[in-house]
Amino acid sequence: MSQKNRISGGQIDRTKTLNFTFDGKRYTGHPGDTLASALLANGVRLMGRSFKYHRPRGVLTAGSEEPNALVELRSGARQEPNTRATTTELFDGLTAKSQNRLGSLRFDAMAINDRFSNFLTAGFYYKTFMWPKAFWEKLYEPIIRKAAGLGSLSLKDDPDVYDKGFLHCDMLIIGAGPAGLVAALTAGRSGARVILADEDFRMGGRINSETFVIGGTSGADWAVTAIAELGSLPNVRIMPRTTVIGAFDHGIYGAVERVGDHLATSETGKPRQILWRIYSKHTVLAAGATERPIAFDNNDRPGIMLASAMRTYANRFGVAADKRVAIFTNNDDGHRTAADLHAKGVKIAAVVDIRPDVPRSLDYEVLHGEVVDTKGRLGLTFAEVKLGDGSIRTLECGALGVSGGWNPNVHLTCHQRGRPTWNETLAAFVPGGTLPPGMVVAGAANGDMSTHRALQGGAQAAQTVLDLEGPLPDLPQAEDAPINVTPFWYVEGASRAWLDQQNDVTVKDVKLSHQEGFRSVEHLKRYTTLGMATDQGKTSNMGGLAIMAELAGKTIPEVGTTMFRPPYTPTAIGVFAGRHRGKDFHPTRLTPSHKWAEERGAVFVEVGNWLRAQWFPRAGETHWRQSVDREVLATRASVGVCDVTTLGKVDVQGRDAAAFLNMIYCNGFGKLAVGKTRYGLMLREDGIAMDDGTAGRLAEDHFVVTTTTANALPVYRHMEFVRQCLAPDMDVQLISTTEAWAQYAVAGPNARKLLEKIVDVDISNDAFPFMACSNITICDGLRARLFRISFSGELAYEIAVPTAYGDALMRKIMEAGAEFDVTPYGTEALGVMRIEKGHAAGNELNGTTTAANLGIGRMVSGLKDSIGKVLSQRAGLNAEGDLRQVGIKPVNPADPVPAGAHLMKATGPVDAAHDQGYVTSACYSPTLGHAIALGFLKDGSARLGERMRLVSPLTGVNVDVEIVSAHFIDPDGERLRA
Amino acid sequence: MIIDHPLLGPRDSAEFTYMGDAKLIDRPDPDAATAARDFYDYAYLRDNPAGWHDELWFHEQGDRSWLVVTRNTITHEIRQVRLARDVARARGRST
Repeated sequence: MSQKNRISGGQIDRTKTLNFTFDGKRYTGHPGDTLASALLANGVRLMGRSFKYHRPRGVLTAGSEEPNALVELRSGARQEPNTRATTTELFDGLTAKSQNRLGSLRFDAMAINDRFSNFLTAGFYYKTFMWPKAFWEKLYEPIIRKAAGLGSLSLKDDPDVYDKGFLHCDMLIIGAGPAGLVAALTAGRSGARVILADEDFRMGGRINSETFVIGGTSGADWAVTAIAELGSLPNVRIMPRTTVIGAFDHGIYGAVERVGDHLATSETGKPRQILWRIYSKHTVLAAGATERPIAFDNNDRPGIMLASAMRTYANRFGVAADKRVAIFTNNDDGHRTAADLHAKGVKIAAVVDIRPDVPRSLDYEVLHGEVVDTKGRLGLTFAEVKLGDGSIRTLECGALGVSGGWNPNVHLTCHQRGRPTWNETLAAFVPGGTLPPGMVVAGAANGDMSTHRALQGGAQAAQTVLDLEGPLPDLPQAEDAPINVTPFWYVEGASRAWLDQQNDVTVKDVKLSHQEGFRSVEHLKRYTTLGMATDQGKTSNMGGLAIMAELAGKTIPEVGTTMFRPPYTPTAIGVFAGRHRGKDFHPTRLTPSHKWAEERGAVFVEVGNWLRAQWFPRAGETHWRQSVDREVLATRASVGVCDVTTLGKVDVQGRDAAAFLNMIYCNGFGKLAVGKTRYGLMLREDGIAMDDGTAGRLAEDHFVVTTTTANALPVYRHMEFVRQCLAPDMDVQLISTTEAWAQYAVAGPNARKLLEKIVDVDISNDAFPFMACSNITICDGLRARLFRISFSGELAYEIAVPTAYGDALMRKIMEAGAEFDVTPYGTEALGVMRIEKGHAAGNELNGTTTAANLGIGRMVSGLKDSIGKVLSQRAGLNAEGDLRQVGIKPVNPADPVPAGAHLMKATGPVDAAHDQGYVTSACYSPTLGHAIALGFLKDGSARLGERMRLVSPLTGVNVDVEIVSAHFIDPDGERLRA
Repeated sequence: MIIDHPLLGPRDSAEFTYMGDAKLIDRPDPDAATAARDFYDYAYLRDNPAGWHDELWFHEQGDRSWLVVTRNTITHEIRQVRLARDVARARGRST
């Protein structure tokens, strides 16, 4: 198909032709085109269907503020919904589809909604889907969900790469129009580090869309020269295709650079988009202005667009919106479009101006009046004009350019609570109030609408913020036309006049919401959804506010604006995630024995960021329980080994190290002998248990504290808080050594025999009794640490070596233990053995339990101060009948005792009011041959032997159980002292 | 936000962990007759001012200093950053 609406001129490369398809049909365009300009060039006006009424829609704008021309771009996994055709740079092979239609774009079955528009007004959902209540989940929600949203997702993994980066500069300039370019030149020539970012792929801003002359050359050429000079300055970074999406605290800006969106697929090794975090001392906002429409009946037909967009298509892209166009305006700028298009040979049906003192033209007809209605099912054919004398005139036209004045793009000035102020001359909001620190605004964004004033503003901004001496640089000659606008928002009509075309909000909806009492502008927005679509109301909010003001009898500034929030334009979620997806969502920490465990086919589990071996399946084992039961039994029968490197380790050194431990642990450490280890319980200041572990005293002034795996970081943070904030002059130093030492638990009756083959020292029971610890050497001289501590309840040691030797030590233990059939065990067997032994862990230290609940209340030393001591003595935490940790076993050995189930008395009601306690940890005990559990029971210590019911109404559990000691295995601790 | 660390200069707030009101430095005397009441206040009661606020920030991804940052909770302006240890000393915790 030929490009029937392509006209002369424009900044496109006609020597090259690009092929693309829209809804499967083939078209051509040129480099420099957007998808929208290329479609218009091919005579395609219909580009989408509206959200609610499925009305046929075409482009309204030529930029990122576009509400209508949203397409599904690309296909397969790269398909992206809601992509604005107006900002999509054309590339060869581009494929796009229209969206929000049932059937074809021309015959959308959902267009039936338009017939029922009287029902689908503001608040429709709130009013309609109220009853019957049961219908909501089964009927209403699925229907609404299906109808909601515009494009569809591919539901495939995004094959592209997204990245994040950091940039620093003296001055960030947002927008590369005349103001931004002059600001960049002024700052760049002074040697300042400048970043110039613009969302467009072609820099120059509005001047690329105008026929203005700047300094004797065309505006577009002047921009090219300016960019060339900036490109030659090493201190200036030019970033096209980069949208500054938000102004954050302390001069930090978020920006999205679309590195590969203009290519069929991103270059190999390059990301599709980059989220930049820009740290800038100063910022010049030169984001320009956005034209706003005037609402009138049926103002949403394809072919009706902003007059400035029509001019952009003609001047920048060499595209006529149609062979025959009309203009409807309330200001002088609308006439520019007529003049420019006329000069390019486009037939001007008429210019309709609401002002009585209309600027005349010799070239085409200028009418005083209002557009009151339009015709054309899938595209504009006629516009009906009510003239000043009341008569009606019908204009035949395929496109209508509408100009209601210009709104400065103040968005980023408001990201830090700033509120814009009303400017009467422009009939628009301009930056006001408190700007983000370090920001100045220049050019049209500041309300300086002429090119001359933009150039001047840009130079002035750069000089002011950089404190440059001397007069302003010589600026090129440029147009300096005054603003001449008469505020005019909508034409009274009988039918529907659209304000927000993307969310289908009409003038009537705004009136209805006012009538129903939604008077605040924030309420209006949420009730009607005005401005809540992906375009964030860039072309529609002002109209809504003006109508609100009129209905309330207030001025527009009295009504005020809604809040502008980041991001400035829709941003792909992928770029926020960056590389943090899939296995890179967070870092993965591997223990020193990981490779060895992998070789043995271990199954791993994530614990925090760590991967820990969960169990080690052997040939023939088909269920995890077989592996875990075997590991437990083998350890208790002979010897097992487990990687416990992930436990947090904190080295505590200094003269006051013992006093410091006395402070952080509720039990005493002052009298712990050198060479001994002790269990320690840390409380929070409110008296609740925070973490537990062991602390070994290696020297008078040197302790090694261990924490649970999950709490390694918060406990270390807490210890530093106590050291720096509560005891600033204690002589004590802390360092986390979690990753410095590989540590293995060697447990079981043969543990000593095994280790004797490795260590260089005497570890007999006399020389190295239970709870001993020492710096030792192993394997003829390698430094190591040995602790005789036991989580499993067996004769056990934990042996630590510098991490680099971790793999070697594990292999050495396996080799030395071969004669004892040493069995590696994972976190599951570890958990089973600690439950069998009755040791509390994370399930018991769950943020609600005290030392008393855990059955170790007497550990809280009354002789010294410690964190949590005072509040642990509160009456509320020490009441009669409080929860106590107990063991639970089923009366029938075949029954389960699942975690989370609650304990009830053997007889009596089963409800929350009669709750007696609950199960925290449960497992199958291969040692005992039935399920066992730990839990908390009211007055539990006094109820051993009691028969109870364990219930979980949610999962249908109802089991008879017996309350027993939590120490299922070796309650007197003979094994660990052996 | 950018926190001007007294030892390391300006650092991005992403390097820090936040803990809130710096009154946590003023841990009461556990031996005072009013200790139970004092610790209740200390553990549970916080001001939540709209405006200037002394806050504890931990440089977890840095030198592990606890800092007292005086920040305006409305504007996020930061007017003073001190080492918490110095603040603690100044408040008489040097015993």
